[in-house]
Amino acid sequence: MSRNSVTPYPLTLAVAAIALLAALVAAFAAGRYPVPLDDLLRIVWSWAGGAPHGRDATLETVVLQIRGPRVIAALLVGAALAAAGAAYQNLFRNPLVSPDILGVSAGAAVGAILGIFLSLGVVAVQSMAFAGGLAAVGMVYLVARAVRGHDPLLVLVLAGVVLGALLGACVALMKYLADPYNQLPAITFWLLGSLASTDARDMWVAAPLLLVGLIPLWLLRWRINVLSLDDEEARALGVSAGRIRLVVIVAATLMTSAAVAISGVIGWIGLVIPHFARLLTGPDFSRLLPVSVLLGATFLVAVDTLARTMANIEVPLGVLTAFVGTPLFLWQLATARRGWR
Amino acid sequence: MKLEAQKLAYGYPERRVGHDVTLELNAGEVLCLLGPNGSGKTTLFKTFLGLLPRQGGQVLLDGSELDILQRDEIARRVSYVPQAHGAFFPYSVREVVLMGRTAHLGLFAAPSARDHAAALDAMRRMGIADLADATYTRISGGERQLVLIARALAQEARMMVMDEPTANLDFGNQVRVLERIRALVADGIGVLLSTHDPDHAFLCADRVAMLHDGGLLACGEPEAVMTPAQLQRLYGVEVVVTEVAVGQGRRRVCLPLGVSP
Repeated sequence: MSRNSVTPYPLTLAVAAIALLAALVAAFAAGRYPVPLDDLLRIVWSWAGGAPHGRDATLETVVLQIRGPRVIAALLVGAALAAAGAAYQNLFRNPLVSPDILGVSAGAAVGAILGIFLSLGVVAVQSMAFAGGLAAVGMVYLVARAVRGHDPLLVLVLAGVVLGALLGACVALMKYLADPYNQLPAITFWLLGSLASTDARDMWVAAPLLLVGLIPLWLLRWRINVLSLDDEEARALGVSAGRIRLVVIVAATLMTSAAVAISGVIGWIGLVIPHFARLLTGPDFSRLLPVSVLLGATFLVAVDTLARTMANIEVPLGVLTAFVGTPLFLWQLATARRGWR
Repeated sequence: MKLEAQKLAYGYPERRVGHDVTLELNAGEVLCLLGPNGSGKTTLFKTFLGLLPRQGGQVLLDGSELDILQRDEIARRVSYVPQAHGAFFPYSVREVVLMGRTAHLGLFAAPSARDHAAALDAMRRMGIADLADATYTRISGGERQLVLIARALAQEARMMVMDEPTANLDFGNQVRVLERIRALVADGIGVLLSTHDPDHAFLCADRVAMLHDGGLLACGEPEAVMTPAQLQRLYGVEVVVTEVAVGQGRRRVCLPLGVSP
């Protein structure tokens, strides 16, 4: 299939942006306490400094206090996971790589569960998740540096997989030892991923970290393209491959850890969304990154809305992303003619 | 403009492939490297370019040690054409050629209109402008080779190191690429290339270096070093070198007779 069949980039970008907007409106409007579109717009307008909305104060609480932080969290987490996934896939030259590959999610999970196990507060649990994610990647990186004489990328990925398995065993041990009435449900809930307990304060901590990680990815977008070649080839083209690779890994890990810290473990987005975006834009990272960010945000905002509205109880987010993501991925695998082949 | 290796040893710490290789490549000449399979031509090239660590000796680019130069400084002066390979993601040919511009771009920059023009010019010079929008992973091996040469051209370096640029090409494209290389040299570029075909050396080389048993067997003008005896030592095959009349002039060709006893 020739390249001409790819959707024009501005159109892709516009459609993705409109989809995100639609998902956001639906997320604010839908729920146990439906908010009519007209009221929603007036409340947001007044919040932005416009005329007073003159609507019920309950409505304002629902929109601004309850749904607001949660929707924004879904938006940022979805965007961050998709962006990190796109970066990792280019960096490791493998479309099946996801943000979990270097043990980030496993490390964050161990940190958070240790926090729950020690009966720490919410903020402490999140900090420990964040620290755990960074520590896991740090260890993977040190192992990869210590093992010389092999393909460094392969060693890095292998070390991540092996360390991830070890951390998984730690998670299992703590679940086994945890108090089955208080701690175990909290641990399980966290491992399944959820945005239910997000409040505005979490967002003020996590949002900057999520956004800070995006900046180097965008600035280095062309270098990241070149890094998807062999290291030797990239260096022959004038790229200090090792240094740029490190910066990109740190940025993507920062975003993933911050995302896991507020939402728990949400799989699939970092794998499926960049893959899907690549089908629409081709592999050029300067197009792939914005579209991945928009689609990731749209996907998680929509799935989180589903999670809290489709049944009487909340459906765990991690479960739902897998249920929605798997068929999507398989369908795309079966029909796609380009993207990575 | 000069790229030189002095008593270069190359290979890996546990397995040294070659040593004491002293070579120099000047602007405006084609230096052709001949050597049997496994003689370490690719390893030598990568070490020469600083892509693999040296095991001894030194490499000088215009008199300064390669090690003290940044990768982009080196890339603006020396380009590298690897053997045609697969790619991991389906970049378009235009994007692959644009990657040759990287050394001219700021760290945070993406290619500008000027870079696009340079890439298009490089594609035209290699006769592949009509492939610009094709997907690199879906074109033939020979076309990929031309794309990689175009990428090196877009790099606008005065020196080019090419690892078997004719390996994947059909008869016509081999001749086209060799002529293209001669034209580059006429523009003042220095080319170091490896090949498995001694006739290619007769066709395009100003000097020939022969790599054998981890060292340089000979280095000099094609007529002087490519004798039947040397070629037989190099490849273990009996060879006749003869001259044929071509138009007004004469050209040397190399004919294999059979495996030496």
